[in-house]
Amino acid sequence: MSGTITKVSGPLVEAIGLADANVSDVVRVGKQRLIGEILNVKGEVASIQVYEETSGIGPGAVVETTGYPMSVELGPGMLENIYDGIQRPLPEIRAIAGELIARGTEVPSLNREKKWDFVPVAKPGDKLGPGDVLGTVQETSAILHKIMMPVGLTGEVVSIESGQHTVEETIAVIKTEKGETKELNMIQRWPVRIPRPYARKQVPAKPMNSGQRIIDTLFPIAKGGTAAVPGPFGSGKTVVQHQLAKWSDVDIVIYIGCGERGNEMTDVLMEFPELVDPRSGQPLMKRTVLIANTSDMPVAAREASIYTGITIAEYFRDMGYDVAVLADSTSRWAEALREMSGRLEEMPGEEGYPAYLASRLAQYYERAGVVECLGSEGRKGSVTAIGAVSPPGGDISEPVSQATMRIVKVFWALDSSLAYARHFPAINWLTSYSLYMDTLGKWYKEQFGEQYTANRAKAMSILQEESELQEIVRLVGQDSLSEADRLTMETAKQIREDFLQQNAFVDEDAFSSYAKQYRLLDMILKCDEECRKALEKGAPLEKLMVLPAKEKIARAKMVTEDMVDSEFTAICEELAKQAEEAAAGGEE
Amino acid sequence: MIKEYKTIREVVSPLMVVDQVEGVTYDELGEIELPSGEIRHCKVLEVDGNKAVVQLFESAQGINLAQSKVRFLGHPLELAVSGDMLGRVFNGMGHPIDGGPEILADAHMDINGLPMNPASRAYPAEFIQTGVSAIDGLNTLVRGQKLPIFSGSGLPHAALAAQIARQAKVLGDNESFAVVFAAVGITFEESEFFINDFRRTGAIDRTVVFSNLASDPAVERIATPRMALTAAEYLAFEKDMQVLVIITDITNYAEALREISAAKKEVPGRRGYPGYMYTDLATMYERAGRRIGKNGSITMIPILSMPEDDKTHPIPDLTGYITEGQIILSRDLHRRGIVPPIDVLPSLSRLKDKGIGEGKTREDHSGTMNQLFAGYSRGKEAKELMTILGEAALSEDDKLYAKFADQFEKVYVNQGNETNRSIEETLNTGWNLLKILPKRELKRIKPEYIEKYLPQD
Repeated sequence: MSGTITKVSGPLVEAIGLADANVSDVVRVGKQRLIGEILNVKGEVASIQVYEETSGIGPGAVVETTGYPMSVELGPGMLENIYDGIQRPLPEIRAIAGELIARGTEVPSLNREKKWDFVPVAKPGDKLGPGDVLGTVQETSAILHKIMMPVGLTGEVVSIESGQHTVEETIAVIKTEKGETKELNMIQRWPVRIPRPYARKQVPAKPMNSGQRIIDTLFPIAKGGTAAVPGPFGSGKTVVQHQLAKWSDVDIVIYIGCGERGNEMTDVLMEFPELVDPRSGQPLMKRTVLIANTSDMPVAAREASIYTGITIAEYFRDMGYDVAVLADSTSRWAEALREMSGRLEEMPGEEGYPAYLASRLAQYYERAGVVECLGSEGRKGSVTAIGAVSPPGGDISEPVSQATMRIVKVFWALDSSLAYARHFPAINWLTSYSLYMDTLGKWYKEQFGEQYTANRAKAMSILQEESELQEIVRLVGQDSLSEADRLTMETAKQIREDFLQQNAFVDEDAFSSYAKQYRLLDMILKCDEECRKALEKGAPLEKLMVLPAKEKIARAKMVTEDMVDSEFTAICEELAKQAEEAAAGGEE
Repeated sequence: MIKEYKTIREVVSPLMVVDQVEGVTYDELGEIELPSGEIRHCKVLEVDGNKAVVQLFESAQGINLAQSKVRFLGHPLELAVSGDMLGRVFNGMGHPIDGGPEILADAHMDINGLPMNPASRAYPAEFIQTGVSAIDGLNTLVRGQKLPIFSGSGLPHAALAAQIARQAKVLGDNESFAVVFAAVGITFEESEFFINDFRRTGAIDRTVVFSNLASDPAVERIATPRMALTAAEYLAFEKDMQVLVIITDITNYAEALREISAAKKEVPGRRGYPGYMYTDLATMYERAGRRIGKNGSITMIPILSMPEDDKTHPIPDLTGYITEGQIILSRDLHRRGIVPPIDVLPSLSRLKDKGIGEGKTREDHSGTMNQLFAGYSRGKEAKELMTILGEAALSEDDKLYAKFADQFEKVYVNQGNETNRSIEETLNTGWNLLKILPKRELKRIKPEYIEKYLPQD
């Protein structure tokens, strides 16, 4: 089925003669065979968005439909790979086309030559439904890939093969209820814009441990939850995203570089194979899939990239894994949407964005969640979606930020003034929030007892109090504060500098376990308590402010995990002693 | 066979509609022959059936609907490249204007380039010593980085850019170095300042200049930076040179983009700039970098003047989201006579962490850098407080911090345009300043480095 181009305007192409094609079908444009997608059809004319640069395409050129919608190939071989926005493997494009991305390069998403060791789980005679596991493949040393029955297929296993197979070879034959036989291989195709089905959705109840103190302790995100990281440029959005990709306790990470810098993707590509997951002991790359549509790559594919990412995430979720999808940045995706909308001459909504911006964003984030997967095993999996937002000028009153804030449950607001003071991560503790605190509270209580949440509440109130006291200091100076208030300011400073600040580039500090986070905050609050006691006994404030043990607290975050218990206990004892001495000295 | 069309239907500068065309493709380059025989250039923006909308690269003046002829050349706008470009001056469309001969082309390259495969980028990690402390010490530039200078009208960004071009070097390395300079809509005087500076230091022989001055057509500015980048790519990746690209002023480029967008009657984005300006700027900035298996590199320093010194204006804003940091000049420091007036707090180099430390600069670099930032930031806050409440309201520590902030500006930042500080000198200057603060406040530096580097009086 082929048609003819009548109009070319940037990435938008119009063609006639495609009467049989469906909306959303993938097409091949011109002799360069560029990949495109049919956006809408008016009478004879189909509007096509082309995912590659259309330079050199003109009226008269041929358009062929492929007859299927924009889809991804799901199967072994996705992990450790880096794809472009429409799931073409970039290393293979490089092998064919060199350093630059030439147009119309056709490469299968999954490697067709590589053989995988397929271990059957199902036996001939088993009756299987959608989502039931046929067998497994050890895809990387960290991840066991489960080959599942495709959605919509029920039947009896006639035969199943074990041993070395490529993704295209038949591994099982299924006889359906209607008596048809189906040969299955390891590839499944799924249209990216349609969420993959599941049995039931559940309310998220477990936190995702990110190893980042301000996130885990103050503004936690649940596994299966949604979060946004808005911030002006230079406030460290990407570093936060990278940290989450590195240290989150999920099984799989999908990192989508959507309209961002090429070097950032290179950084991930180079760094992740070297970094070791503190939980599994395996290189982080073994659990990671990268999707890259850098800012110089075609804008139309940017729109597709986040769908490609989340569909792959859902596929791993269906195997029963916890998956995190990090999209950096959703603003660029929205801008891509705006650009296509403008070329389609649609009526613009706010700031030129299409009127359907908010609903598209909501649809995307709604694909996150904790689910009971299809299949008789009763597997549970989750997709956690975290999106960076790049508001123009850092002003979150703009449409993308606002539409995102209406949907997500966690909001990590990055602040440029913190970034200027090199307070990283520059998450503002006064404007950020997490709506999971209540649902996760139970979990924290079970794991760490009452004190954990009590400490969190206390730390938050001290920080809040500090901001009020700062107002006063700004008006009338520090001397007007009572000694107790000055101590509060001092403790708040300790919480900020010694607890919330975390250096992503120092090995000892980049990841903090729950235990370390808890002990560190607890120590700072104990210090506050001891000082307050001493103050009441008459110890001079000046002396308490510069207790030598405080310097040790300041360096405590650099203590390695195995030494936390012994060293922290020692610091606490030292501190109590020094505070007492100060009090005793005050009485004399 | 190239067809000639005498079917221009409409000219509304900078756009033109040509009718009854055949076989014309998107983005194709066209030539317009005026009745006088003069040749102008255009590119195809849209083809709808047999009607082509083209964008002129030069002025529309003198185009006559009946007599002007249009030819479509079957390829996009290209630049003739060769190693002989070094030492030459071209106009904004890539033609020599220094009186020398035309370039004998080694190759013709599409000025739009192609996106670089992220899987074939080499991560920039080699420290470039610019000799400017505020950059080397705190916002380190690395080879293959794109680091813009955010300036404002009347600020000395040209002097700083020239200083960087003059002093920049990679330590312990003798690779061939080239400068590609693109003047985009700037004045003759500013352009001459750069060219004279290159001449004075002898750099002119390894410099390629593309010059679109304020008096040249605005639409040509769309092509000028791309010409420069194409030349840079050729020198870096075909000739293995280390190329520094300076583009000034991006604001003029963005304005030309807005002009064309308005002519095309597109839905405007913020402040009338087109919604695709981010993508458009990115396709230029992202051409900086290094590639696996190639010796050469492109390091880019675009200069832009922030309208009303406003960093949230779309031009600096979108630039900041693409580039790997920014060097921001401050009017306040400039007024106080600090040269160069770099405001280090909002300035940033995103790639610095991989380019500093042991084996690259010195082991104590990262810690002292963070300490200087934190100290200066707190010192500035203390000074603000002091102006409101007087010195008495400050704590003893805050007084020291205020003193530190003053000294930091006077000694560390204010080095002048002719001083070339080595990285050792920069780091030691930092340590000398840190002496002002109480030792217990130096929390961001490892104790062993304090032992080793903090000067004992």
